[in-house]
Parts: sequence; structure tokens; C-alpha cells
Amino acid sequence: MAELAIAAAKSLFAVISALGVTAVLLWIERKGSALIHDRIGANRAAIVGLLPFNLGFVNTLLADPIKLFTKEDFVPEGADRTLHALAPFLALVPVLVVFAAIPFGDVLRIGTREINLQAASLDIGLLYILAMVSLSVYGIVLGGWASNNRWALLGGIRGSALMISYELAMGLAIVAVVMTYGTLDLQAICRAQGELLFGVIPSWGVVYQPLGFLILLIAGMVESKRVPFDQPEGESEIVAGYFTEYSGSKQAAFMFTDFAEIVVVSALVTTLFFGGWQVPYLHVSGFVLPGGLTLALPHLVVAALQVASYLVKVLFFCSLQILVRWTLPRYRYDQVMALGWKRLLPLALINVVATALVVVGWGG
Amino acid sequence: MAAVVFFPLAALLVILALTVVLHPDPVKSALALVGTLFLLAVFFVFLSAEVVAALQVIVYAGAIMVLFLFVIMLLNPGAERSERRGPVAGTVVGGLALVLAWQTGWLAAGGKIGAEGLRPERGYGGVFALARSLFTDFLLPFELTSVLLLVAIVGAVVLAKRRLS
Repeated sequence: MAELAIAAAKSLFAVISALGVTAVLLWIERKGSALIHDRIGANRAAIVGLLPFNLGFVNTLLADPIKLFTKEDFVPEGADRTLHALAPFLALVPVLVVFAAIPFGDVLRIGTREINLQAASLDIGLLYILAMVSLSVYGIVLGGWASNNRWALLGGIRGSALMISYELAMGLAIVAVVMTYGTLDLQAICRAQGELLFGVIPSWGVVYQPLGFLILLIAGMVESKRVPFDQPEGESEIVAGYFTEYSGSKQAAFMFTDFAEIVVVSALVTTLFFGGWQVPYLHVSGFVLPGGLTLALPHLVVAALQVASYLVKVLFFCSLQILVRWTLPRYRYDQVMALGWKRLLPLALINVVATALVVVGWGG
Repeated sequence: MAAVVFFPLAALLVILALTVVLHPDPVKSALALVGTLFLLAVFFVFLSAEVVAALQVIVYAGAIMVLFLFVIMLLNPGAERSERRGPVAGTVVGGLALVLAWQTGWLAAGGKIGAEGLRPERGYGGVFALARSLFTDFLLPFELTSVLLLVAIVGAVVLAKRRLS
């Protein structure tokens, strides 16, 4: 019974932290873009007009969903009603289940019980994530096709072409990481990043795999279908792409999927290249600085620091992606395809071969 | 515990597999095939073959079927009734299905199906066990398969390029 409760609590934390970060992102997107554009941004949802930010954080969070869920749910004539309704869920579910495999902390000890802070401890965690990411394409393909609209179909086809192309580079970047750490278990990869290189530098994945980090980040941004890689939506050319004919809560599901994908990419980058829940120089019993300085901390504080470290890193990479979205101009469709096949894929292949040579040479 | 999950999913798998064959709309057929392949992956997990399950989803459900759907949607054939097969084909297929059902029932009655209490050793079906057998016992078939796939890719490129120029 206690086991079941712990498993439920862990799953709940994984999902709620993901949803929470996603909701915060909606607000960062609104206010952050305004900050970049030197505008005021979302300011119509004020309850208390006197406070700075107008409590916009809370109000926008509430106002946006209320607005979307009370809108008319419109299905165009000639559309396939079943698939039209199914598509947003097929887009959202694979993205949310990814969080089951991502560790958000080390082992938590309460009394005699040891709790691994990861919703599902999978030996094949990375393969599971790749499998779910590969399924996420169905939502946009079906959404585009079932709408009975040329713009939507174009968006769906662009989306599937883009996602299949960039999955190659993404997979190869992950292969190099697997070679470095010799495991597919994400928790084991996080633990391995706790060691120190030359006694000073935390051996985070980015130190070994800087190229892999860039490739995974770029490929991940393509998967989340936002400017500069927003070809499946292409506001300026194909109306809204695969969700042109969506409104109300179904459109909200598609929008939420895009933001959840940003969080997935950030969580993956954090886990593979930035130590996941690791805090530099923080050990099981507290801080041990390179100079020999130590600071003992109780176990619960250490665990809390680790979970906080994971969330802060994830939020950082989410904000970075939003900054990129509001800074760079968008690519043309053929430019994105060329970037994926002619630049990222060869680079990822070179990275894999170089990593293999180093790993074999090092290990004898 | 496993039976609670197994039997409903098995029933769903059979329904989806029948949908692939019987549904008049090719897009729905292809989607049912995606579901079938995904559920097969779930059954691989039941058999402690986690890596095979993950690869099944990545390669078949996630990549090959997307291309299938892609082609079907571009051709957009619409729902159409396939012409009825002759009575001979129906008799042959039905007869074969009956033979299969009888054989399965016979094996199950003789206690030859189902391994109660059989526990796979630790790491069975994991990456290391799979990699060890692939790169030791089955190295030659493995490499031959990869050469075969390479030949197919080169062939596809040659055929496509000839048409372009």
C-alpha cells in the first residue's frame, strides 16, 4: 500500500511539475516577449490594478484557459470528426508521458525507506523517451489531414517531414551521450555527472559532449515547432498550419503540447548535459568544495536542493528557448530541411565517430 | 495482476488487427496498424523484452508507419470498397484460421502453452544481453542484414535519381 502511494506521489510530482513549468512558460511567453519588444504585454486581466505586473502572473494563467475553454468548438464541413477530435490527444499524451522517465532527484531516504526520485526507473529510459518522441508526430499529421483544409494538410506534412528529419540528428546526439556514459538509464547518467574532472570541474555531459548538446538543443527546438523552426504552423504563409481548423479546448491542447515540448527538451538537455539534479560540489552529506572546505547539511536539505536545482535548470533552458523564439527570424522551409540533413546530421555522425574513437582509445 | 492488463489489451489488439484488414478507409486502416504495432510492443514488455519493445515503437510505430500515412494522405484515395474476393480465397483463409485455432487449443489443452512460474534471469531482454548475443553468436546474420539494408538504400537512391535527370 505504501509502495503504491509513493509511486502515485512520484508520478503526480513528475506530471504536476511539468504542467506547472508549462503554465509558467505561458506567462513568460506573454510578458517575456513584451519585455523583448519593449511593450507592456498582457495587461487586460487585471484584478488589482495597483500592483506592479497587475498580478498578471495569476490572472493570465487563469484568463487564458478560461478564454480557450469557453470558445465554440468548431469542426469544419467535410472533416473527419473522429480523427479531428483524436488528434490533439495524440499530440499531447506522448509528450506528457516522457516525464515518467526523467529523474528529478537522487535517492530520498525517509526513515528506513529509500525512494528513487524518478517516476519510472527504466533501464532503457533513453529508448523509451525516443519512442514517445517518435509517436508525437501523429497528432499533427492527423490534425492536418482530418481538417479537410489545404493549409492544414500542408502544415501536417511539413511537420511530419521536419520531425522525422530532425529525429535522426537527435537520436545520433543521444547515441554519443550513451557511448560516453555506457548506459541508457537516465538516473545512472545523472549520477555519473556528479564526479569531478581534475578535482575541480563538475563532469557534466556538456564538458564531454559540447557538440552533442548543441545538436540536441537545435533538434529539440525543431520538434517543438516554434520560430525559427515554425514551418508546420507558418503563420505568415499557411495561416496556422495543422491547427488552422481547430478552436476552443482542442486548439488549447495543441498549444499546450507545443509548450510541454519545450519543457521536455529542456528536461532532456538538463538531464543529459547539465547534470540533471546535480548541484556542483554537493555530495550526499553536504557541500565539499575543492579547497577542502566542507559544509555538512541534513539529508532533507540536500534532497530539496537537488530537486530545486533540476527545476531551476529546466526553467533556464525553457527561458532560453523563448528568448531564441523572440529574437531570431524564421527560416524558409527548404533552409530548415538543408540545416537538418546537410549540417546537423553529418555533424552528429562525426560526433558519434569521434566519441567512439575516444571511448575505445581511453578504455583500451 | 498481469492477467488484468493482458486480456483486455489482447482483445483490443485483435480488434485493431481486424480493423486494419476490414476498414474501408485506408487512413483508418493505417492508424489501426499503428495501434496494433504499439500494443505488440506492450506484449514484448510482458515477455521481459524491453529493448525489443522500445525498438518496435521507434522503428515501426514511430517511423515506418508515419511514412505509410504520409503516402496514403498524399495519394488521398478516399474510402473505397475493395472488390469482393472469390469464394475460394475465403474458404482457404477460413480453413487455415480454423486449423490454427484447433492447433492452439490442442496445445493449450495439453499444457504445452504457458510457462507458470518461469522467471527470466536478471538483465534478460536488456540492452547488454541483446548486444552480447547480437555481437557474438549472431554477428554474421547481423552484419549481413545491415549490408542488405545498405544495398536497399543505395538501390532506392539510384532509382530516384535516374528519374530526376
